[in-house]
Amino acid sequence: MKMGYFPGCSMGGSSREYGESLLAIAPELDLQLEEIHDWNCCGASAAHNLNKKLSLALPARNLGLAGQQQLEELLVPCAACFSRLAGARHELHQDEALRHEIEGVIELPLEQMPRSLNILDVLQKVFPQELNGRLRHPFAHKVACYYGCLLVRPPAIAQFDRPEDPQVMDQIMQRIGAEPIDWAFKTECCGAGMSIPRTDLVGALCAKILEDAVSRGAEAIIVACPMCHSNLDMRRSAINKAAGKTYDIPVLYITQAIGLALGLPPKKLGLHRHIVPVRLPERAATPVLEPVSAQEES
Amino acid sequence: MSAHAASVVQGAALADSLHSSTGVDVTRCYQCGKCSAGCPLAGEMDYPSSVLMRLLQTRQPEMDEKALRSHSIWLCLSCETCFCRCPMEIDIPKVSDFLRAEAVRQKKVHPAARNILRFHKSFLDVIHYAGRLYEVGLIADYKSRSWNLIQDVAMAPVLFFKGKLKPFPHLVKNRRALHKLFKKTQNEEARP
Amino acid sequence: MSRIGVFVCHCGENISATVDCGRVAEVCGKIPGVVHSIDYKYMCSDPGQSMIREAIREKRLDGVVVASCSPRMHEPTFRRACEEAGLNPYLCEMANLREHCSWVHEKGEATTEKAIDLVRILVEKVKHNHPLFPIKVPVTKTALVLGGGIAGIQSALDIANAGHKVIMVEREPSIGGHMSQLSETFPTLDCSQCILTPRMVEVAQHPNITLYTYAELESLDGFIGNFKARIRKKSRSLDEKLCTGCGLCTTKCPNKRIPSEFNARLGQRTAIYVPFPQAVPNKPVIDRTHCTYYTKGKCRVCEKVCPTQAIRFDQADEIVEHEIGAVVVATGFNVKESDFFPEYGYGRYKDVISGLQFERLLSASGPTLGEMKRPSDGKTPEKVVFVACAGSRDKAKGIEYCSKICCMYTAKHAMLYKHKVHHGEAYVFYMDIRAAGKMYDEFTRRAIEEDHVHYIRGRVSRIYERNGKLIVQGADTLLNAMPVEIEADLVVLATAGVANEGAEALAQKLHVSYDAHKFFVEAHPKLRPVETNTAGVFLAGACQAPKDIPESVGQASGTAAKVAALFSKDELTREPLIAMVNRCAPPLYSTCVGCFLCQSACPYQAIEREEIRDRSGKLIKTVARVNPGLCQGCGTCVAFCRSKSIDIQGYTHEQVYAEVMELFA
Repeated sequence: MKMGYFPGCSMGGSSREYGESLLAIAPELDLQLEEIHDWNCCGASAAHNLNKKLSLALPARNLGLAGQQQLEELLVPCAACFSRLAGARHELHQDEALRHEIEGVIELPLEQMPRSLNILDVLQKVFPQELNGRLRHPFAHKVACYYGCLLVRPPAIAQFDRPEDPQVMDQIMQRIGAEPIDWAFKTECCGAGMSIPRTDLVGALCAKILEDAVSRGAEAIIVACPMCHSNLDMRRSAINKAAGKTYDIPVLYITQAIGLALGLPPKKLGLHRHIVPVRLPERAATPVLEPVSAQEES
Repeated sequence: MSAHAASVVQGAALADSLHSSTGVDVTRCYQCGKCSAGCPLAGEMDYPSSVLMRLLQTRQPEMDEKALRSHSIWLCLSCETCFCRCPMEIDIPKVSDFLRAEAVRQKKVHPAARNILRFHKSFLDVIHYAGRLYEVGLIADYKSRSWNLIQDVAMAPVLFFKGKLKPFPHLVKNRRALHKLFKKTQNEEARP
Repeated sequence: MSRIGVFVCHCGENISATVDCGRVAEVCGKIPGVVHSIDYKYMCSDPGQSMIREAIREKRLDGVVVASCSPRMHEPTFRRACEEAGLNPYLCEMANLREHCSWVHEKGEATTEKAIDLVRILVEKVKHNHPLFPIKVPVTKTALVLGGGIAGIQSALDIANAGHKVIMVEREPSIGGHMSQLSETFPTLDCSQCILTPRMVEVAQHPNITLYTYAELESLDGFIGNFKARIRKKSRSLDEKLCTGCGLCTTKCPNKRIPSEFNARLGQRTAIYVPFPQAVPNKPVIDRTHCTYYTKGKCRVCEKVCPTQAIRFDQADEIVEHEIGAVVVATGFNVKESDFFPEYGYGRYKDVISGLQFERLLSASGPTLGEMKRPSDGKTPEKVVFVACAGSRDKAKGIEYCSKICCMYTAKHAMLYKHKVHHGEAYVFYMDIRAAGKMYDEFTRRAIEEDHVHYIRGRVSRIYERNGKLIVQGADTLLNAMPVEIEADLVVLATAGVANEGAEALAQKLHVSYDAHKFFVEAHPKLRPVETNTAGVFLAGACQAPKDIPESVGQASGTAAKVAALFSKDELTREPLIAMVNRCAPPLYSTCVGCFLCQSACPYQAIEREEIRDRSGKLIKTVARVNPGLCQGCGTCVAFCRSKSIDIQGYTHEQVYAEVMELFA
């Protein structure tokens, strides 16, 4: 499957391993990614917090550039970038006058704005139906799939899965042999952009998330957003401080989990770059392949 | 509700500017509290979201003032939980965005939120310069604004050796286009 | 030449203050065809009416124009006066000099001129009036009551006690409706079944009532006073004449794990079952979708044990037909289940239940025999959270209305819980407390002040399960929206009241309007709450909108009164101001070409096809025919007719044309 690619700023920096693992598994999943030339930052939270027009212009420029490259769909692995790009497209689609105004600001046409897809949406589509021998090391662990906020909210923008108790990541993890747990903090916010200005709040919020996952027997947290990873992993000392105890549970990107299951070496997937060491208990491979449904519980 | 509030004529009520600028109508809010109940940081806020709505609904200058000067709007994570659950489908994160921009414009930012504002400004400055986030630059800029020199210093070498900190920024090629973009949206932006 | 009388009323000062009534009478007296023209202070008074009657007799008037107030006020008055004097009442017209002239203009020449114009054009119209006679339609004095809940039962009993026959059709195996599922009713805390079952028995035993249970309406044809109903009696797989209701079959049936509808799916029942012990009729039904015999071809235990050999596996549905004069729709409502709420668990937490399910837990005939035990593990819940407004007043969920009864039953639930578990804690998350009935507010105060139920104002954002407890995340909006988190053992959602299943299909069968929420629509929300826009079909109870028992009963009696009024005459009289397709001499017979555009346009299905045949029976042409019993005189067909073959009596093309042309004369 061929599609456009908007890496986002963190892929090159603090979430380098996300980009590495994504590009490592892409050929295994027959996914060809064409990066947008000279893309710029989507504006993240800073832009929309301070300046509405800027918060539309920055992502719109990327959509305009992608349009020039004839890209119709974009993989946007960072959930925040995904939300900004999809949100800009949504708003500019509805408001023609605003769209013309932004076209003037970015000096690019926005007639055909490509659709943004988040990592789970794309993985779900490209994951082969039959894995058979390719599943070298089924990821036979209990995992807590953490979706965070922006993959599923607001529903009108994300248009993906369901905003309460989403299932797509759980289903993908099941296909690589994991046992996703039913837990209560799948979509509770990790603290987002407060990582630097209010690390204490991030610590408190993430402590609740980890406590719920760990108390229900999770052996790893699986994420699909660099911000969530950063808060749950890099800020572990703040979390431990807020909780008054130490959490060892590792946080993996879904791309890393898939990479491990497909037999790729951990170093290639950037596991050594995590702050919290990725140590998973050994277990005999017992892939569980029935789909998880909401009605199945109790 | 003070007596003099009714006599203030200058300027529209914040609720009205909000409506014309974003389309959000605060009169729809019937104060059910579901937003505040689900807000992850409601416990930290001086005015949780449902109370902010009420402040705006009064259409009184003193209440508008309280809303602008609140800490809540800066604590808001834009996690969209409130909007997702609001029975009247009120886009509360959009209201937060509006109030934040307005608070900066009117220079009424809550003192405890200054670091948050500084962080956002540092972020935008870096983007303005490079086109993409340059984390070292961001942290340096933020420290220069916040004078929070010690924080995260211990982290830096760890991150560097793990290859997660780029010493040099990646500059977007068409920086001119980016400068133009910032310039054209400037009159909206918060001035320091 | 016409002989028309003009009577100009002063209406006290209402008209004469701005219109020169004397001059109007004088000028109109000179119109060709007008032989009598006077003005008087109060035309509607007895002396005024006498003047009209005398003038008709003395001057041999063949038309009357009363220039006074709106016809909506006194048209019947003046028409009756004319009739008493021997003049056909439809030869009397009213010119509205009050609402259309004197009340909306200043005193002056122009106002008087306008008044003269108004009279003038009506005089021309009346010259073209024809005598019309009220239409009589026969009435079958049997009512069809659809639905055997409290509203249907009340309505049926009232109609039957008024001396008329009633056919009651109930979809479930027993009558009783939701009221039979309740434990105690507010505000008296009466035992629901105790007050309901006597009425159920009365219905079953009433000589005027024929009860069909486990039956549905198949079709309804006809019109007011003359309906034909076809009712499908679904097969119970039982010979009802032989069955004694001993219940042995229900105890021996091996298929025991079917979710019980009566217990709101909290308990289980057998495949052959009686829904509850006090069921009327007390005869079982075999649920063919679950019964082992019907699904797999095995078992037949019930047949073996039945002492009277009443089981009939091959029994088919039966269609019965009845002639009906009026239909009462009392099909009730339903409530949403917990799976409607994504933020409360999508229905997967066993201890998050609906209000109706909680009723069954409270009820002595319920799955726990009235003991307070929670569904997941049977433990006694020590902390119960009640969530009011679950789904109601919620635009995002598509239910923007208030379900009316939940505030009251939530208070009741909390109180009954406290009565059963004295040391338990009850919390109610509410938005408002809507307790607007008699003794209602006192009832809710009792919950707070005497039973110490904690009321917290704020909606619940999320509920999730942890370690066997339900974490309820709410807020106290009266305390600066302070977050409130409660670890509950049981959560009861006061879920929204919604239209019953099948409401839309039934409405379409009955040609009755329904709204976006599939509730049936009344003829007028204020003044005609028990009638529909379909003549002869009436409404009672919650099928119209969520309501409590006193309102349902009151409305049901109101409906019965309407039906009794309908049945009080042997014939129905209707105003003859309806459409009619013209007829003329052969060979044309009618200018109608048989396009039937009018039939598709008619909102009341009042147009039929009529075959015109010659004496040997050969078909000459098929033309439209208006059913005088159904036509409401709206005129839509007249606008559609391409050949101008259909006209409204009393407002014919000729009459209206005459009026308009006179205006420009």
